[in-house]
Amino acid sequence: MRDTASILPLRVENASFQGEGRLLIDAVSFTIPAGGLTVLLGPNGAGKSLVLRLCHGLLEPSAGSVRWAYSGAGGIKRHAMVFQKPIMLRRSVEANVTHALAAAGLAGAERRQRCGEALARFGLSERATQPARLLSGGEQQRLAIARAWALRPELLFLDEPTSQLDPAATRQIEELLAGLVAEGITVMMSTHDLGQARRLARRVLFLHRGRLVEDRDAAEFFAGPQAEEARAFLAGELIW
Amino acid sequence: MDFGAIFQAAFALMVGLDPTFLAIVSLSLRVTLTAVFIAALIGLPLGAALALSRFPGRPAVIVCLNAMMGLPPVVAGLVVFLLLSRSGPLGPLGLLFTPTAMIVAQVILVVPIVIALTRQIVEDLWAEYRDHLRSVGLEGLRAIPTLLWDGRFALATALLAGFGRASAEVGAVLVVGGNIAGYTRTMTTAITLETSKGDLALALGLGLVLIVLTLMINAVAFGASRVGARYAG
Amino acid sequence: MTLIDRRLLLAAGFSAGLAGLAFAQTPAASPPAATTTPSETRFITVASTTSTQDSGLFGHILPLFKAKTGIEVRVISQGTGQALDTGRRGDADVVFVHARAAELKFVEEGFSLERKPVMYNDFVLIGPKADPAGIAGSKDIAAALVKIQEKGAPFVSRGDKSGTHIAELALWKAAGVDLDAKKGPWYREIGQGMGAALNTAGAMGAYVLSDRGTWLSFKNRGDLVISVEGDKRLFNQYGVMSVNPAKHPHVKFNDGKLFVDWLTSPEGQKAIADYKIDGQQLFFPNAAQAGA
Repeated sequence: MRDTASILPLRVENASFQGEGRLLIDAVSFTIPAGGLTVLLGPNGAGKSLVLRLCHGLLEPSAGSVRWAYSGAGGIKRHAMVFQKPIMLRRSVEANVTHALAAAGLAGAERRQRCGEALARFGLSERATQPARLLSGGEQQRLAIARAWALRPELLFLDEPTSQLDPAATRQIEELLAGLVAEGITVMMSTHDLGQARRLARRVLFLHRGRLVEDRDAAEFFAGPQAEEARAFLAGELIW
Repeated sequence: MDFGAIFQAAFALMVGLDPTFLAIVSLSLRVTLTAVFIAALIGLPLGAALALSRFPGRPAVIVCLNAMMGLPPVVAGLVVFLLLSRSGPLGPLGLLFTPTAMIVAQVILVVPIVIALTRQIVEDLWAEYRDHLRSVGLEGLRAIPTLLWDGRFALATALLAGFGRASAEVGAVLVVGGNIAGYTRTMTTAITLETSKGDLALALGLGLVLIVLTLMINAVAFGASRVGARYAG
Repeated sequence: MTLIDRRLLLAAGFSAGLAGLAFAQTPAASPPAATTTPSETRFITVASTTSTQDSGLFGHILPLFKAKTGIEVRVISQGTGQALDTGRRGDADVVFVHARAAELKFVEEGFSLERKPVMYNDFVLIGPKADPAGIAGSKDIAAALVKIQEKGAPFVSRGDKSGTHIAELALWKAAGVDLDAKKGPWYREIGQGMGAALNTAGAMGAYVLSDRGTWLSFKNRGDLVISVEGDKRLFNQYGVMSVNPAKHPHVKFNDGKLFVDWLTSPEGQKAIADYKIDGQQLFFPNAAQAGA
């Protein structure tokens, strides 16, 4: 039975993360309300991936907290994540989807139904019985998104989802993401691609060396960022 | 020794379908396959659990298992012999000098191989799958079925290595089986016996048969894993 | 957590499936006794020597015994010392060996109620055709052994406490050769069975003491021939004993006794006398001979 209470907003308060003896994320605070697409922007090594992992629960903050408005029933997560390099199980396309649904505790009939919907929604129905690892890079990432979508997340995290794709495949993924937002799914993604951030973002979190240096509406951010690091990044001067 | 005679003897054995010979071959296969099957039931889950767990002393356990892969079969045989002898702790079971005793000894030989190779295979796969599996809530022991299934082709090779060790060894089955004609005589113990009787042609003939059988099983498994690997990408 | 249960089940099923997949026709783990014969099969376990096994005697007489009684005889062939130990541990129902003194000790220790003589064959001294010790054709085993030692001609000893090994040591003693003092590179203890000893002797051009049965059925003779035979001291007596149920209650005393009685009956004795290789009789029944 699906709970109706929302897990959003997500509140991150003074979250820090220490790894290999160094402070990699330094007291980051922000809130993700329901709706829209938030881009986590910043140069390579800024800690974007770590922040997403802290939010998704793959990492525990060494200080501070990550809190959901409602922690859900039965321990089932209502947020999902798609990784930079699509992780494809050594199984068929549909088995990749049904496996995730089985892990979420869904019964066989519902797994098949949701899987069919997801593959149709993302144009993968014809590929259903093919080995997932033989798909092209773009198709693999599409399958990863379909797999996450089938879990019916309220919030979807994506970690640089297009950084390994060619421009055509990138364009396709971006269209898909816009469609997800239109569907009412809240999206938070990281990217170091300014063009992509401009095309997709409603809101920008700019991260630099583990610190959140700017958190603003996307239009305002691109019109004139406040922080000096962000200005340098927009000007193409900041490498890391 | 005349090699022509040896090959003739081997050929006559294989083509003639001598019932005694067939009984020996079928017992050998039955014992070894059963041992590998049981070793898989034990070793696959344990190897996977070892791959995913972290505890003090884990490196020592891994080193021990790797060393156990080289355990001399006759030592495994001796341990089983002492356990199963009527004067040993498990004597009342009356299992010494039975095919079951041979299976037990071979399981002891094969389990370390299966565990050690499974650990390696599952650990590599876990490194690749970790983020996704944890994301969908499969952590720790709950990740094991997925990892075993997705590693099935590599794991089949691990089982094959175990099969090779078990089917080739003679030390353990000789000690615990007793090489009883028609009951616990396997290909390897028969080879030992024929050698000691000076019937080298028959011994080498049996040896050739053993090699051919092992080749056939490996070829089938290799073909299956190639097909599977193509599918899995 | 039905999911976890299902997954665990899957894991077990998968392991099973994988093994089955890789090796078609894997039999399901079958109950122990059913592996080759149904558990109702009536059988006894006999610990015996490599010489009776390697000579092919059992292959000849056991089917006759089974046809008469329906009892299958499972033979573990070991050296005499090892076979007696197998009986002592209770891992065999009957012991059938050839070392009279050791057998009597076994009875004395209470591991058997009675030892019965069955048959004899004789030992022969085997050596290379070249005959480096110059003893070929002799009928005096003691003199031959002295010569071997004096010339340092290679000699292979079983060295495994088998009946043949014990008999060999007794012959050295009879020849007056103190092995502990005279042992050198010429005296090679291999710790293996009769066939292996013959193989080794053939490969090294050495002398070796063998029972005649194993020698006659041995196929890899190469340059080996009989050097010395016919000395009464080469006489080799076999005895049979069923294990005492007072020591090991689980032993199949009645079926074992049936086997012992059959071996020493006129019928069993005839079966032994009938076993021949190339027309030569290997074993000479003498169950009726007092003191054998």
